[in-house]
Amino acid sequence: MKISIVITLKKNVLDPQGLVIQKTLNGMGFDNVEKVRQGKFFEIELSETDKKKAKDKAEEICKKLLANLVIEDYKIIDSLNNS
Amino acid sequence: MKSSVIIFPGSNCDRDMDVALKKFGFKNQMIWHNDVDLPKNDLVVLPGGFSYGDYLRCGSIAAKSKIIHSLINYINSGGLVLGICNGFQILIETGLLPGALLRNKYLEFICKNVFVKIKDQKNNYFKDIKKDILKLHIAHNEGNFFCTQDEIKLIEDNDQIALYYSNDKGEINEKFNPNGSLKNIAGIFNKEKNVLGMMPHPERMIDKYLSGSDGSIFFETLLNNLK
Repeated sequence: MKISIVITLKKNVLDPQGLVIQKTLNGMGFDNVEKVRQGKFFEIELSETDKKKAKDKAEEICKKLLANLVIEDYKIIDSLNNS
Repeated sequence: MKSSVIIFPGSNCDRDMDVALKKFGFKNQMIWHNDVDLPKNDLVVLPGGFSYGDYLRCGSIAAKSKIIHSLINYINSGGLVLGICNGFQILIETGLLPGALLRNKYLEFICKNVFVKIKDQKNNYFKDIKKDILKLHIAHNEGNFFCTQDEIKLIEDNDQIALYYSNDKGEINEKFNPNGSLKNIAGIFNKEKNVLGMMPHPERMIDKYLSGSDGSIFFETLLNNLK
């Protein structure tokens, strides 16, 4: 089962890279870009067929390694319908 | 006095630290991250570098090393642990020190000499130190200390701030903050004050002809306090 995870900096954490990207986009003429937050994306393949178990495992993986919960939030985005 | 330096894949200040510790009288040995047991020590150092290429987050992979279990036991029994630069990042990623180290505010790798002000001397690292403003070297990309308002209150209430970025007179303000660190923090302790993490490299300032000598003061003080 494939699981996708997105990790972003928490709202109150300064994201200077996101800010630079936003300003660059503005400079390129994308005037309507008001905010950019940069994050990380992971695709994980689990040898697990039970959806709930897979999701629980993904949560544990996020908490224990992929995200630093002091500064980051995680989202398990792909709802496991693909193979 | 016995010390150990733990080497992770990608550590690159381990030998400098070994030279520094030996120069000031420590009997030092190098420990591989994959070892299970730490030998008996008076001090354990996590050196600077780029463990695991800074993959995922600086220090996050090294924080899961085998040796960390015995490092935690050693800390719980009161042992002294010093983390420099990447070593500081590793200590934060293990949860042994609070907060997080973010990318430098202006997105630049900073490599220069700075002044740091020692907050107080009520600990084994800085007790009776000759100077409370030291000139040390920093070289990092992720040294921007961050934590929540609640956490910084706890850190201050417990007197856990060890070092501030300052000028040569010890003035602490934004002008002398190289990386955007909250409150100019350059180093912090755990609650018990036996674990110290700091971004500056004292081991790079141990020869007055090559670099500077304030790192010597750091190591001499530490050794004296351990005797």
